[in-house]
Amino acid sequence: MSLSQPAPSAEEIREIVASQLHLEGPLLPIFHALQDAFGCVPEGALPVIADALNITRAEVHGVMSFYHDFREVPAGRHVVKICRAEACQAVGADALAARTLEKLGTEWHGTTANGAVTIEPVYCLGLCACGPAAMVDNKVVGRVDDAKMAKLLAEAGA
Amino acid sequence: MKIYVPLDSAAKALGADEVAGAIAAEAAARGMDVQVIRNGTRGMIWLEPLVEVDQDGTRVGYGPVSVEDVPALLDGKLASLGPVEDIPFLAKQTRLTFARVGVIDPLDLADYEAHGGLAGLRRAIAMTGAEIVKEVTDSGLRGRGGAGFPTGIKWNTVLGAEADQKYIVCNADEGDSGTFADRMVMEGDPFCLIEGMAIAGLGVGATKGYVYLRSEYPDAIAVMEEAVRRARAAGVLGADVLGSGKGFDMEIRVGAGAYVCGEETSLLNSLEGKRGIVRAKPPLPALEGFLGKPTVVNNVLSLATVPVIFEKGAAHYAGFGLGRSKGTMPIQIAGNVKFGGLFETAFGMPLGTLVNEVAGGTASGRPVKAVQVGGPLGAYLHPDQFDTPFGYEEFDQAGGLIGHAGVVIFDDSADMLKMARFAMEFCAVESCGKCTPCRIGAVRGVETIDRIAEGDAGAIPLLTDLCETMKDGSLCALGGFTPFPVMSALTHFPDDFARQKEAAE
Ligand SMILES: Cc1cc2nc3c(=O)[nH]c(=O)nc-3n(C[C@H](O)[C@H](O)[C@H](O)COP(=O)(O)O)c2cc1C
Ligand code: SF4
Ligand code: FES
Repeated sequence: MSLSQPAPSAEEIREIVASQLHLEGPLLPIFHALQDAFGCVPEGALPVIADALNITRAEVHGVMSFYHDFREVPAGRHVVKICRAEACQAVGADALAARTLEKLGTEWHGTTANGAVTIEPVYCLGLCACGPAAMVDNKVVGRVDDAKMAKLLAEAGA
Repeated sequence: MKIYVPLDSAAKALGADEVAGAIAAEAAARGMDVQVIRNGTRGMIWLEPLVEVDQDGTRVGYGPVSVEDVPALLDGKLASLGPVEDIPFLAKQTRLTFARVGVIDPLDLADYEAHGGLAGLRRAIAMTGAEIVKEVTDSGLRGRGGAGFPTGIKWNTVLGAEADQKYIVCNADEGDSGTFADRMVMEGDPFCLIEGMAIAGLGVGATKGYVYLRSEYPDAIAVMEEAVRRARAAGVLGADVLGSGKGFDMEIRVGAGAYVCGEETSLLNSLEGKRGIVRAKPPLPALEGFLGKPTVVNNVLSLATVPVIFEKGAAHYAGFGLGRSKGTMPIQIAGNVKFGGLFETAFGMPLGTLVNEVAGGTASGRPVKAVQVGGPLGAYLHPDQFDTPFGYEEFDQAGGLIGHAGVVIFDDSADMLKMARFAMEFCAVESCGKCTPCRIGAVRGVETIDRIAEGDAGAIPLLTDLCETMKDGSLCALGGFTPFPVMSALTHFPDDFARQKEAAE
């Protein structure tokens, strides 16, 4: 997922798009498959998708931009999501998030200067009885305090 | 020796994987014969990782267990919680939907069957579609996704629709803060959801199902995908469901981080590969749903309750509950809470009993200030309203809603103006953009609350008017119900809106 990865080839993109075309409503699965492979939905994929689904490129972009998940450029090497929703707020998630952003010197959606970590807000991870909750890539973490957060960030190389 | 360590996300988030690994390693080092089984969670999250050791058929609990506790656990020297099923939080529950969650190995179909699984589907196979739908109607089951619409009536509409293809769509978008019951079912008893969807398919004549599962739940996605593969391999899904001669198969589809896609028509658009814009109703999804075909859209809990209704009978299920709220509700207790987790009980328990007795009040030990029930669109209730029984109509009368039954507890450090502002901010971030009162109104709402925070009391009537406009002019409950948390905060906690004024003067 690193930023220096070479741009995906048209061939790779076409293969991934083709692998989802048998599905009913294949567009979201296509976006997910591309993002799993390349860390984002590469610009070059839009015309390929438009062509395969017989819709306009603007429509493809319109769908993609509707969803918080899909990225136009890859995130940092790790994505740390911090829950901002009510149950986590009830146990201090706001303050935890504010301190974390300050420490990293980034805003929400920002990436640390060394490219190691992108910080995203998330609205509930289903860990509401053990908040504040966070997720590092796909790994869930509960009862996050400053010490736990520092450890997670250090492990992620922030 | 059998040792159970949950694979549920909440348990993992508190270290269950590390504990399971340490138990296996320590047992191997000692040459002990230990089988580590990864079960779902029992739902007592404050005890996670809750490890259970099978002692002559009784499961004895230990928790929370850390990696450092593992040697003592295997020495038999760790203090135990006693038999898990005797722990009061669990013993007080009526578990119908959640009967197997935490008990079985979620991906072991034989274990599932040994605990009553597939009995409901087998019974349904011997029934006609109309009989299946009638059984659901008779059970009194109402949709657990939020609106509480009678499930049998919805199924009957789809049954009566003529079409070459019908669909069952499971709404597993579970976006409400304070809710995790769908996740617990999918991680802890995935075959139950699959069985419920298969019964729905047989009932209404649908041969294809989808689970629209939020991307924020990677563990649930993995368990569900594996469960579908195993169910297909075992002939529970496929062209000939359990030898019935009838076909039903399903797929897992992953959402993409939009809260509004939990709204059923937005979900259907998303599933079709479109922007998740809410559709006007009519047409009902039951008549023109996925790809324009008749579609049952039901919440995970609604569908996962279907097997027990068929296993034990509609009358058994309808025998629990209060008034028109029949059966049991898996209530999720979260936030600043001492004993947080999943508590399934018959409808009717007063909110205060849940908060103070079952959940033990706040984790901080400070007084309870407010309780938000029903997710980000639910009202903030004041302790003065704690005698409200947990039921659809009862909460409606109290100016709230039970929604997906998330109960989020706040202590007296909560600032209700800030919570009202957050409700507006959330609506602005998540609005699908179709109606102006929601899209623009929520942004104005944030600004108006900021003015109140700066001491402009004159902005309070503006906020009230704005909420009226949002209620009246919104197509769906995102814009239409955001006024619930906002106005309940303002009405029940006026000091938080006035104190700000003094502070600013
Ligand atoms: C903004 C919004 C979000 C919703 N989110 C969910 C959700 O995450 N899960 C769900 O089951 N229902 C959700 N609903 C309710 C669905 O529209 C629909 O009523 C439900 O899926 C029907 O299933 P049921 O009858 O089994 O409850 C949401 C509704 C709105 C307006
Ligand atoms: S109320 Fe908001 S989310 Fe619902 S349809 Fe209107 S704009 Fe979309
Ligand atoms: S509110 Fe944070 S995990 Fe649910």
